Amino acid sequence: MSVLVKIPTQLRAAAGGEAEASVEGATVQEVLDGLFQRHEELRVRLADDDGSLRRFVNVYVAGEDIRFLDGLATPVSDGAEVTILPAVAGG
Amino acid sequence: MAASHLQCRECHTEYPLEALYVCERCFGPLEVAYSRPGVELSVAEWRRRIQAGPQNIWRYADFLPAAAPPGPSGRLNSRAGLPAGCTPLIRADRLAARLGLKEVWVKNDAANPTHSFKDRVVSVAATRARELGFETIACASTGNLANSVAAHGAALGMDSYVFIPSDLEEQKVLATGVYGTKLVGVKGNYDDVNRLCTELCAERDWAFVNINLRPYYAEGSKTLAFEIAEQLGWELPDRCVVPVASGSLFTKIAKGFEEWRELGLLEGELPRMNGAQADGCSPVASAFAEGHDICRPVKPSTIAKSLAIGNPADGPYALDLARRTGGSVDAVSDEEIRAGIRLLAETTGVFTETAGGVTTAVLAKLAERGEIDPEERVVLVITGEGLKTLDAVRGSFEMHTIEPTVADFEAGVPEPLTV
Repeated sequence: MSVLVKIPTQLRAAAGGEAEASVEGATVQEVLDGLFQRHEELRVRLADDDGSLRRFVNVYVAGEDIRFLDGLATPVSDGAEVTILPAVAGG
Repeated sequence: MAASHLQCRECHTEYPLEALYVCERCFGPLEVAYSRPGVELSVAEWRRRIQAGPQNIWRYADFLPAAAPPGPSGRLNSRAGLPAGCTPLIRADRLAARLGLKEVWVKNDAANPTHSFKDRVVSVAATRARELGFETIACASTGNLANSVAAHGAALGMDSYVFIPSDLEEQKVLATGVYGTKLVGVKGNYDDVNRLCTELCAERDWAFVNINLRPYYAEGSKTLAFEIAEQLGWELPDRCVVPVASGSLFTKIAKGFEEWRELGLLEGELPRMNGAQADGCSPVASAFAEGHDICRPVKPSTIAKSLAIGNPADGPYALDLARRTGGSVDAVSDEEIRAGIRLLAETTGVFTETAGGVTTAVLAKLAERGEIDPEERVVLVITGEGLKTLDAVRGSFEMHTIEPTVADFEAGVPEPLTV
Protein backbone atom coordinates (compact mmCIF):
# COMPACT_ATOMS: atom_id res chain seq x y z
CA MET A 1 0.00 0.00 0.00
CA SER A 2 1.31 3.40 -0.95
CA VAL A 3 0.91 6.42 1.30
CA LEU A 4 1.79 10.05 0.66
CA VAL A 5 3.91 11.57 3.44
CA LYS A 6 4.01 15.38 3.60
CA ILE A 7 7.36 16.62 4.86
CA PRO A 8 7.55 19.96 6.71
CA THR A 9 9.90 22.66 5.41
CA GLN A 10 12.22 22.28 8.40
CA LEU A 11 12.98 18.68 7.39
CA ARG A 12 13.19 18.99 3.64
CA ALA A 13 16.94 19.54 3.61
CA ALA A 14 17.30 16.21 5.42
CA ALA A 15 14.96 14.58 2.89
CA GLY A 16 16.87 15.49 -0.26
CA GLY A 17 14.75 18.62 -0.71
CA GLU A 18 11.55 16.60 -1.13
CA ALA A 19 8.25 18.16 0.06
CA GLU A 20 6.48 14.80 -0.05
CA ALA A 21 7.37 11.17 -0.38
CA SER A 22 5.42 8.12 -1.48
CA VAL A 23 6.06 5.31 1.01
CA GLU A 24 4.74 1.75 1.48
CA GLY A 25 3.20 0.69 4.80
CA ALA A 26 0.02 -0.43 6.54
CA THR A 27 0.49 1.53 9.78
CA VAL A 28 2.01 4.91 10.68
CA GLN A 29 4.97 3.06 12.19
CA GLU A 30 5.62 1.16 8.96
CA VAL A 31 5.25 4.32 6.90
CA LEU A 32 7.71 6.21 9.10
CA ASP A 33 10.16 3.27 9.04
CA GLY A 34 9.96 3.31 5.25
CA LEU A 35 10.60 7.04 5.24
CA PHE A 36 13.56 6.67 7.63
CA GLN A 37 15.06 3.93 5.45
CA ARG A 38 15.03 6.29 2.53
CA HIS A 39 16.27 9.30 4.53
CA GLU A 40 18.19 8.01 7.54
CA GLU A 41 18.76 11.50 8.90
CA LEU A 42 15.03 11.99 9.50
CA ARG A 43 15.03 9.23 12.12
CA VAL A 44 17.16 11.10 14.65
CA ARG A 45 15.29 14.31 14.05
CA LEU A 46 11.82 12.87 14.58
CA ALA A 47 12.31 9.95 16.96
CA ASP A 48 13.87 9.51 20.38
CA ASP A 49 16.44 6.79 21.09
CA ASP A 50 13.66 4.37 22.08
CA GLY A 51 11.91 4.85 18.73
CA SER A 52 8.99 6.92 20.02
CA LEU A 53 8.22 10.27 18.40
CA ARG A 54 9.83 13.33 19.95
CA ARG A 55 7.38 15.32 22.03
CA PHE A 56 7.21 18.32 19.69
CA VAL A 57 6.43 16.19 16.62
CA ASN A 58 2.79 15.95 15.56
CA VAL A 59 1.71 13.32 13.02
CA TYR A 60 -1.68 13.41 11.30
CA VAL A 61 -3.48 10.80 9.19
CA ALA A 62 -6.02 12.46 6.88
CA GLY A 63 -5.89 15.56 9.11
CA GLU A 64 -6.46 13.72 12.41
CA ASP A 65 -3.78 13.74 15.11
CA ILE A 66 -2.63 10.10 15.58
CA ARG A 67 -2.82 10.57 19.35
CA PHE A 68 -6.62 10.56 18.91
CA LEU A 69 -6.31 7.38 16.84
CA ASP A 70 -4.01 4.45 17.62
CA GLY A 71 -0.73 6.33 17.81
CA LEU A 72 2.03 4.74 15.76
CA ALA A 73 -0.13 1.63 15.33
CA THR A 74 -2.80 3.68 13.50
CA PRO A 75 -3.66 1.87 10.25
CA VAL A 76 -3.29 3.77 7.00
CA SER A 77 -5.16 2.90 3.84
CA ASP A 78 -3.87 2.95 0.28
CA GLY A 79 -3.60 6.54 -0.96
CA ALA A 80 -3.88 8.04 2.54
CA GLU A 81 -2.03 11.23 3.44
CA VAL A 82 0.31 11.35 6.43
CA THR A 83 1.36 14.85 7.54
CA ILE A 84 4.30 15.58 9.84
CA LEU A 85 4.23 18.98 11.54
CA PRO A 86 5.99 20.71 14.42
CA ALA A 87 3.87 21.46 17.50
CA VAL A 88 3.37 25.20 17.88
CA ALA A 89 1.82 27.08 20.75
CA GLY A 90 -1.30 28.92 19.81
CA GLY A 91 -3.60 31.60 21.15
CA MET B 1 20.12 43.57 27.08
CA ALA B 2 19.63 43.03 23.37
CA ALA B 3 18.23 40.06 21.50
CA SER B 4 21.23 38.19 20.11
CA HIS B 5 19.94 34.98 18.53
CA LEU B 6 17.27 32.29 18.57
CA GLN B 7 17.99 29.13 20.53
CA CYS B 8 16.33 25.71 20.70
CA ARG B 9 14.76 25.22 24.11
CA GLU B 10 15.53 21.51 23.98
CA CYS B 11 18.98 21.04 22.38
CA HIS B 12 20.26 24.68 22.51
CA THR B 13 21.17 24.85 18.81
CA GLU B 14 21.48 28.51 17.81
CA TYR B 15 19.78 30.26 14.87
CA PRO B 16 19.77 33.84 13.54
CA LEU B 17 16.99 36.29 14.53
CA GLU B 18 14.78 35.45 11.52
CA ALA B 19 11.26 34.12 10.97
CA LEU B 20 12.11 30.67 12.35
CA TYR B 21 10.28 28.76 15.06
CA VAL B 22 11.35 25.12 15.03
CA CYS B 23 14.74 23.52 15.59
CA GLU B 24 15.75 21.63 12.46
CA ARG B 25 17.73 19.17 14.55
CA CYS B 26 15.22 18.08 17.19
CA PHE B 27 11.94 19.88 16.33
CA GLY B 28 12.03 21.71 19.68
CA PRO B 29 10.62 25.26 19.91
CA LEU B 30 12.96 28.21 19.37
CA GLU B 31 13.23 30.98 21.91
CA VAL B 32 14.85 34.42 21.86
CA ALA B 33 18.20 34.67 23.66
CA TYR B 34 19.68 37.95 24.89
CA SER B 35 23.19 39.17 25.42
CA ARG B 36 23.99 40.85 28.71
CA PRO B 37 24.41 44.61 28.37
CA GLY B 38 27.89 45.88 27.56
CA VAL B 39 27.57 48.48 30.29
CA GLU B 40 26.53 47.34 33.75
CA LEU B 41 23.68 49.48 35.03
CA SER B 42 22.89 49.74 38.72
CA VAL B 43 19.43 48.79 39.91
CA ALA B 44 18.55 52.46 40.33
CA GLU B 45 19.79 53.22 36.80
CA TRP B 46 17.72 50.38 35.34
CA ARG B 47 14.63 51.64 37.12
CA ARG B 48 15.15 55.20 35.92
CA ARG B 49 15.71 53.98 32.38
CA ILE B 50 12.47 52.00 32.43
CA GLN B 51 10.47 54.77 34.12
CA ALA B 52 11.68 57.28 31.51
CA GLY B 53 10.13 55.12 28.78
CA PRO B 54 6.70 55.51 27.18
CA GLN B 55 3.45 54.49 28.85
CA ASN B 56 3.17 51.25 26.92
CA ILE B 57 5.06 47.96 26.50
CA TRP B 58 7.97 49.70 24.76
CA ARG B 59 9.16 51.01 28.13
CA TYR B 60 10.53 47.44 28.38
CA ALA B 61 12.15 47.50 24.92
CA ASP B 62 15.50 46.45 26.46
CA PHE B 63 13.89 43.09 27.23
CA LEU B 64 12.05 42.63 23.92
CA PRO B 65 13.26 41.23 20.59
CA ALA B 66 12.62 44.24 18.37
CA ALA B 67 14.89 47.12 17.57
CA ALA B 68 12.04 49.52 18.34
CA PRO B 69 12.11 52.49 20.30
CA PRO B 70 13.96 53.20 23.54
CA GLY B 71 15.22 56.73 24.11
CA PRO B 72 13.54 60.11 23.70
CA SER B 73 12.70 59.72 20.00
CA GLY B 74 11.48 56.21 20.73
CA ARG B 75 8.86 57.68 22.99
CA LEU B 76 7.20 59.21 19.95
CA ASN B 77 7.79 56.23 17.68
CA SER B 78 6.24 53.92 20.24
CA ARG B 79 2.95 55.73 19.88
CA ALA B 80 2.70 54.66 16.23
CA GLY B 81 0.70 51.54 15.49
CA LEU B 82 -1.44 50.30 18.34
CA PRO B 83 0.51 50.62 21.59
CA ALA B 84 -0.44 48.02 24.17
CA GLY B 85 0.19 47.59 27.87
CA CYS B 86 0.34 49.73 30.98
CA THR B 87 -3.01 48.31 32.00
CA PRO B 88 -4.35 48.86 35.54
CA LEU B 89 -3.37 46.74 38.52
CA ILE B 90 -6.33 47.03 40.87
CA ARG B 91 -6.32 46.32 44.59
CA ALA B 92 -9.29 43.98 45.04
CA ASP B 93 -10.08 44.12 48.76
CA ARG B 94 -13.72 43.12 48.38
CA LEU B 95 -12.77 40.06 46.32
CA ALA B 96 -10.09 39.17 48.88
CA ALA B 97 -12.57 39.47 51.75
CA ARG B 98 -15.06 37.25 49.95
CA LEU B 99 -12.38 34.58 49.61
CA GLY B 100 -10.97 34.89 53.13
CA LEU B 101 -7.72 36.41 51.84
CA LYS B 102 -6.00 39.70 52.67
CA GLU B 103 -4.24 40.96 49.57
CA VAL B 104 -5.52 40.26 46.09
CA TRP B 105 -4.68 42.33 43.02
CA VAL B 106 -6.40 42.17 39.64
CA LYS B 107 -4.24 42.82 36.58
CA ASN B 108 -6.91 43.97 34.14
CA ASP B 109 -5.55 43.27 30.67
CA ALA B 110 -8.96 43.81 29.13
CA ALA B 111 -7.81 47.47 29.15
CA ASN B 112 -5.70 46.93 26.02
CA PRO B 113 -6.57 48.40 22.58
CA THR B 114 -8.51 45.32 21.43
CA HIS B 115 -9.43 44.34 24.97
CA SER B 116 -7.14 41.39 25.65
CA PHE B 117 -3.51 40.64 26.52
CA LYS B 118 -2.97 39.54 22.92
CA ASP B 119 -2.16 43.14 21.96
CA ARG B 120 1.12 42.76 23.85
CA VAL B 121 2.28 39.75 21.87
CA VAL B 122 0.99 41.02 18.54
CA SER B 123 2.68 44.42 19.00
CA VAL B 124 6.03 42.68 19.40
CA ALA B 125 5.45 40.16 16.59
CA ALA B 126 4.11 42.75 14.13
CA THR B 127 7.01 45.11 14.87
CA ARG B 128 9.51 42.30 14.28
CA ALA B 129 7.61 41.23 11.12
CA ARG B 130 8.02 44.73 9.70
CA GLU B 131 11.71 44.75 10.58
CA LEU B 132 12.10 41.45 8.71
CA GLY B 133 10.40 42.93 5.65
CA PHE B 134 7.04 41.11 5.76
CA GLU B 135 4.04 42.90 4.23
CA THR B 136 1.34 40.56 5.51
CA ILE B 137 0.57 39.38 9.05
CA ALA B 138 -1.62 36.38 9.81
CA CYS B 139 -2.67 34.13 12.68
CA ALA B 140 -4.56 31.06 13.82
CA SER B 141 -6.81 32.25 16.60
CA THR B 142 -9.38 31.34 19.23
CA GLY B 143 -10.71 34.91 18.94
CA ASN B 144 -8.75 37.45 20.96
CA LEU B 145 -5.69 37.07 18.78
CA ALA B 146 -7.93 37.49 15.72
CA ASN B 147 -9.13 40.88 17.01
CA SER B 148 -5.59 41.98 17.72
CA VAL B 149 -3.97 40.87 14.45
CA ALA B 150 -6.76 42.46 12.39
CA ALA B 151 -6.44 45.73 14.33
CA HIS B 152 -2.64 45.81 14.19
CA GLY B 153 -2.75 45.15 10.44
CA ALA B 154 -5.04 48.17 10.08
CA ALA B 155 -2.94 50.37 12.37
CA LEU B 156 0.36 49.49 10.71
CA GLY B 157 -0.93 49.41 7.14
CA MET B 158 -0.16 45.72 6.67
CA ASP B 159 -2.42 43.20 4.96
CA SER B 160 -3.77 40.58 7.33
CA TYR B 161 -5.27 37.10 7.17
CA VAL B 162 -7.07 35.77 10.22
CA PHE B 163 -8.07 32.12 10.60
CA ILE B 164 -10.62 31.19 13.29
CA PRO B 165 -12.87 28.23 14.10
CA SER B 166 -16.13 29.01 12.27
CA ASP B 167 -18.22 28.51 15.46
CA LEU B 168 -16.54 31.32 17.41
CA GLU B 169 -18.56 33.76 19.57
CA GLU B 170 -20.30 36.33 17.35
CA GLN B 171 -18.78 39.26 19.28
CA LYS B 172 -15.27 38.06 18.49
CA VAL B 173 -16.09 37.53 14.81
CA LEU B 174 -17.60 41.02 14.48
CA ALA B 175 -14.72 42.64 16.39
CA THR B 176 -12.31 41.09 13.89
CA GLY B 177 -14.05 41.66 10.57
CA VAL B 178 -14.63 45.36 11.26
CA TYR B 179 -10.92 46.10 10.76
CA GLY B 180 -11.04 45.04 7.12
CA THR B 181 -8.98 41.87 7.51
CA LYS B 182 -9.35 38.79 5.34
CA LEU B 183 -11.30 36.64 7.78
CA VAL B 184 -11.40 32.87 7.25
CA GLY B 185 -13.77 30.68 9.31
CA VAL B 186 -12.46 27.12 9.35
CA LYS B 187 -14.89 24.24 9.91
CA GLY B 188 -13.14 22.62 12.84
CA ASN B 189 -11.71 23.39 16.26
CA TYR B 190 -8.68 25.56 17.07
CA ASP B 191 -6.28 22.66 16.73
CA ASP B 192 -7.55 22.09 13.17
CA VAL B 193 -7.08 25.80 12.42
CA ASN B 194 -3.58 25.67 13.87
CA ARG B 195 -2.63 22.62 11.78
CA LEU B 196 -3.94 24.27 8.60
CA CYS B 197 -2.01 27.46 9.34
CA THR B 198 1.20 25.55 10.12
CA GLU B 199 0.89 23.97 6.67
CA LEU B 200 0.04 27.31 5.01
CA CYS B 201 2.95 28.98 6.75
CA ALA B 202 5.33 26.89 4.63
CA GLU B 203 3.57 27.92 1.41
CA ARG B 204 3.07 31.67 1.94
CA ASP B 205 5.45 34.50 2.55
CA TRP B 206 3.42 35.78 5.50
CA ALA B 207 4.28 36.50 9.10
CA PHE B 208 2.00 34.18 11.08
CA VAL B 209 2.42 35.89 14.42
CA ASN B 210 1.91 32.73 16.46
CA ILE B 211 3.71 30.32 14.11
CA ASN B 212 6.82 31.53 12.27
CA LEU B 213 7.02 34.70 14.39
CA ARG B 214 6.19 32.81 17.56
CA PRO B 215 9.56 33.26 19.32
CA TYR B 216 9.09 37.06 19.13
CA TYR B 217 5.36 36.95 19.82
CA ALA B 218 5.76 34.91 22.99
CA GLU B 219 8.25 37.39 24.45
CA GLY B 220 5.52 40.05 24.51
CA SER B 221 3.84 38.20 27.39
CA LYS B 222 6.80 38.99 29.65
CA THR B 223 5.61 42.60 29.76
CA LEU B 224 2.71 41.48 31.98
CA ALA B 225 5.24 40.38 34.59
CA PHE B 226 7.28 43.57 34.22
CA GLU B 227 4.19 45.72 34.73
CA ILE B 228 2.96 43.75 37.72
CA ALA B 229 6.35 44.08 39.42
CA GLU B 230 6.70 47.77 38.57
CA GLN B 231 3.14 48.52 39.71
CA LEU B 232 3.78 46.71 43.00
CA GLY B 233 6.70 49.09 43.62
CA TRP B 234 9.41 46.80 42.18
CA GLU B 235 8.31 43.84 44.24
CA LEU B 236 7.30 40.29 43.38
CA PRO B 237 3.88 38.93 44.29
CA ASP B 238 3.76 35.68 46.29
CA ARG B 239 1.41 34.00 43.87
CA CYS B 240 0.01 34.50 40.36
CA VAL B 241 -3.13 32.86 39.01
CA VAL B 242 -3.00 32.79 35.20
CA PRO B 243 -5.18 31.17 32.52
CA VAL B 244 -3.55 28.36 30.52
CA ALA B 245 -4.40 27.59 26.88
CA SER B 246 -1.15 26.78 25.05
CA GLY B 247 0.84 27.50 28.23
CA SER B 248 2.83 30.29 26.60
CA LEU B 249 1.50 33.22 28.68
CA PHE B 250 1.88 31.24 31.91
CA THR B 251 5.53 30.39 31.29
CA LYS B 252 6.50 33.79 29.89
CA ILE B 253 5.15 35.66 32.92
CA ALA B 254 7.54 33.61 35.03
CA LYS B 255 10.35 34.28 32.54
CA GLY B 256 9.75 38.02 32.90
CA PHE B 257 10.07 37.82 36.68
CA GLU B 258 13.19 35.65 36.35
CA GLU B 259 14.94 38.03 33.96
CA TRP B 260 14.45 40.90 36.38
CA ARG B 261 15.59 38.80 39.34
CA GLU B 262 18.78 37.97 37.48
CA LEU B 263 19.43 41.67 36.92
CA GLY B 264 18.79 42.37 40.59
CA LEU B 265 15.74 44.48 39.76
CA LEU B 266 13.59 42.19 41.89
CA GLU B 267 14.41 40.26 45.03
CA GLY B 268 12.90 37.13 46.50
CA GLU B 269 11.51 33.86 45.30
CA LEU B 270 9.66 33.35 42.03
CA PRO B 271 5.90 33.52 42.82
CA ARG B 272 3.94 30.31 43.09
CA MET B 273 2.43 29.92 39.64
CA ASN B 274 -1.14 28.58 39.47
CA GLY B 275 -2.49 27.75 36.01
CA ALA B 276 -6.23 27.84 35.27
CA GLN B 277 -8.07 25.70 32.72
CA ALA B 278 -11.68 24.75 31.97
CA ASP B 279 -12.85 21.17 32.65
CA GLY B 280 -13.91 20.93 29.00
CA CYS B 281 -10.34 21.50 27.83
CA SER B 282 -7.88 20.63 30.57
CA PRO B 283 -4.97 18.68 29.08
CA VAL B 284 -2.44 20.53 31.28
CA ALA B 285 -4.49 20.28 34.50
CA SER B 286 -5.06 16.55 33.85
CA ALA B 287 -1.35 15.92 33.30
CA PHE B 288 -0.58 17.89 36.47
CA ALA B 289 -3.05 15.84 38.51
CA GLU B 290 -1.73 12.56 37.09
CA GLY B 291 1.93 13.47 37.57
CA HIS B 292 2.76 13.34 33.85
CA ASP B 293 5.46 15.44 32.17
CA ILE B 294 3.64 15.75 28.85
CA CYS B 295 0.02 16.46 27.93
CA ARG B 296 -2.31 14.11 26.15
CA PRO B 297 -4.30 16.18 23.63
CA VAL B 298 -8.08 16.48 24.03
CA LYS B 299 -11.05 17.60 21.92
CA PRO B 300 -12.22 20.83 23.59
CA SER B 301 -15.81 21.35 24.73
CA THR B 302 -16.13 24.42 26.97
CA ILE B 303 -17.69 27.88 27.05
CA ALA B 304 -14.14 29.23 27.56
CA LYS B 305 -13.37 29.21 23.86
CA SER B 306 -10.34 31.47 24.17
CA LEU B 307 -8.71 28.69 26.22
CA ALA B 308 -9.91 25.86 23.96
CA ILE B 309 -6.55 24.56 22.79
CA GLY B 310 -6.61 20.79 23.05
CA ASN B 311 -3.00 20.29 22.02
CA PRO B 312 -0.98 22.76 24.11
CA ALA B 313 2.55 23.02 22.72
CA ASP B 314 3.98 24.66 25.85
CA GLY B 315 2.23 22.18 28.13
CA PRO B 316 5.43 20.42 29.29
CA TYR B 317 7.00 23.75 30.27
CA ALA B 318 3.82 24.87 32.07
CA LEU B 319 3.79 21.63 34.08
CA ASP B 320 7.43 22.06 35.01
CA LEU B 321 6.87 25.66 36.11
CA ALA B 322 3.83 24.86 38.25
CA ARG B 323 5.73 22.07 40.03
CA ARG B 324 8.97 24.01 40.39
CA THR B 325 7.27 26.99 42.07
CA GLY B 326 4.96 25.00 44.35
CA GLY B 327 1.93 26.04 42.31
CA SER B 328 -0.56 23.89 40.40
CA VAL B 329 -2.73 23.70 37.30
CA ASP B 330 -6.43 23.35 38.16
CA ALA B 331 -9.61 23.08 36.13
CA VAL B 332 -13.15 24.37 36.75
CA SER B 333 -16.58 23.56 35.30
CA ASP B 334 -18.64 25.80 33.00
CA GLU B 335 -20.91 26.57 35.99
CA GLU B 336 -17.92 27.63 38.06
CA ILE B 337 -16.71 29.78 35.14
CA ARG B 338 -20.04 31.65 35.04
CA ALA B 339 -19.89 32.07 38.82
CA GLY B 340 -16.30 33.32 38.51
CA ILE B 341 -17.35 36.02 36.03
CA ARG B 342 -20.08 37.16 38.43
CA LEU B 343 -17.78 37.04 41.47
CA LEU B 344 -15.17 39.26 39.81
CA ALA B 345 -17.80 41.67 38.44
CA GLU B 346 -19.67 42.00 41.75
CA THR B 347 -16.58 42.52 43.89
CA THR B 348 -14.27 44.56 41.63
CA GLY B 349 -16.32 46.19 38.87
CA VAL B 350 -14.30 44.29 36.27
CA PHE B 351 -16.36 42.40 33.70
CA THR B 352 -14.26 39.66 32.18
CA GLU B 353 -14.76 37.11 29.45
CA THR B 354 -15.00 33.38 30.09
CA ALA B 355 -11.21 32.98 30.38
CA GLY B 356 -11.24 35.46 33.28
CA GLY B 357 -14.10 33.48 34.78
CA VAL B 358 -11.87 30.41 34.65
CA THR B 359 -9.04 32.27 36.39
CA THR B 360 -11.27 33.78 39.08
CA ALA B 361 -12.95 30.43 39.70
CA VAL B 362 -9.58 28.72 40.13
CA LEU B 363 -8.52 31.40 42.63
CA ALA B 364 -11.76 30.79 44.54
CA LYS B 365 -11.11 27.04 44.46
CA LEU B 366 -7.55 27.42 45.77
CA ALA B 367 -8.79 29.70 48.57
CA GLU B 368 -11.55 27.28 49.45
CA ARG B 369 -9.09 24.38 49.61
CA GLY B 370 -7.01 26.41 52.06
CA GLU B 371 -3.97 26.38 49.76
CA ILE B 372 -3.40 30.12 49.99
CA ASP B 373 -1.88 31.58 53.14
CA PRO B 374 -4.06 34.62 54.01
CA GLU B 375 -0.90 36.71 54.33
CA GLU B 376 0.06 36.09 50.68
CA ARG B 377 0.04 38.80 48.04
CA VAL B 378 -1.90 37.27 45.15
CA VAL B 379 -2.19 38.58 41.58
CA LEU B 380 -5.10 37.45 39.43
CA VAL B 381 -4.30 37.89 35.73
CA ILE B 382 -7.46 38.84 33.81
CA THR B 383 -6.71 38.51 30.12
CA GLY B 384 -9.90 39.57 28.33
CA GLU B 385 -13.14 41.54 28.18
CA GLY B 386 -16.64 40.40 29.18
CA LEU B 387 -18.32 42.12 26.25
CA LYS B 388 -16.74 39.53 23.95
CA THR B 389 -18.53 36.55 25.53
CA LEU B 390 -21.97 37.90 26.43
CA ASP B 391 -23.67 34.51 26.22
CA ALA B 392 -21.89 33.48 29.41
CA VAL B 393 -23.90 35.96 31.50
CA ARG B 394 -27.17 35.99 29.55
CA GLY B 395 -30.06 34.98 31.82
CA SER B 396 -27.94 35.17 34.97
CA PHE B 397 -29.91 38.08 36.49
CA GLU B 398 -33.32 39.69 36.32
CA MET B 399 -34.28 43.09 34.93
CA HIS B 400 -37.39 44.73 36.39
CA THR B 401 -39.47 46.28 33.62
CA ILE B 402 -41.98 48.87 34.83
CA GLU B 403 -44.25 51.68 33.64
CA PRO B 404 -42.66 55.12 34.13
CA THR B 405 -44.54 55.79 37.37
CA VAL B 406 -43.40 55.92 40.99
CA ALA B 407 -46.26 53.64 41.93
CA ASP B 408 -45.17 50.98 39.49
CA PHE B 409 -41.58 51.28 40.66
CA GLU B 410 -42.59 50.80 44.28
CA ALA B 411 -44.84 47.87 43.42
CA GLY B 412 -42.53 46.22 40.91
CA VAL B 413 -39.01 46.54 42.26
CA PRO B 414 -37.97 44.83 45.48
CA GLU B 415 -35.65 46.64 47.91
CA PRO B 416 -32.71 46.64 47.88
CA LEU B 417 -32.37 47.03 44.14
CA THR B 418 -30.90 43.85 42.70
CA VAL B 419 -30.63 44.81 39.05
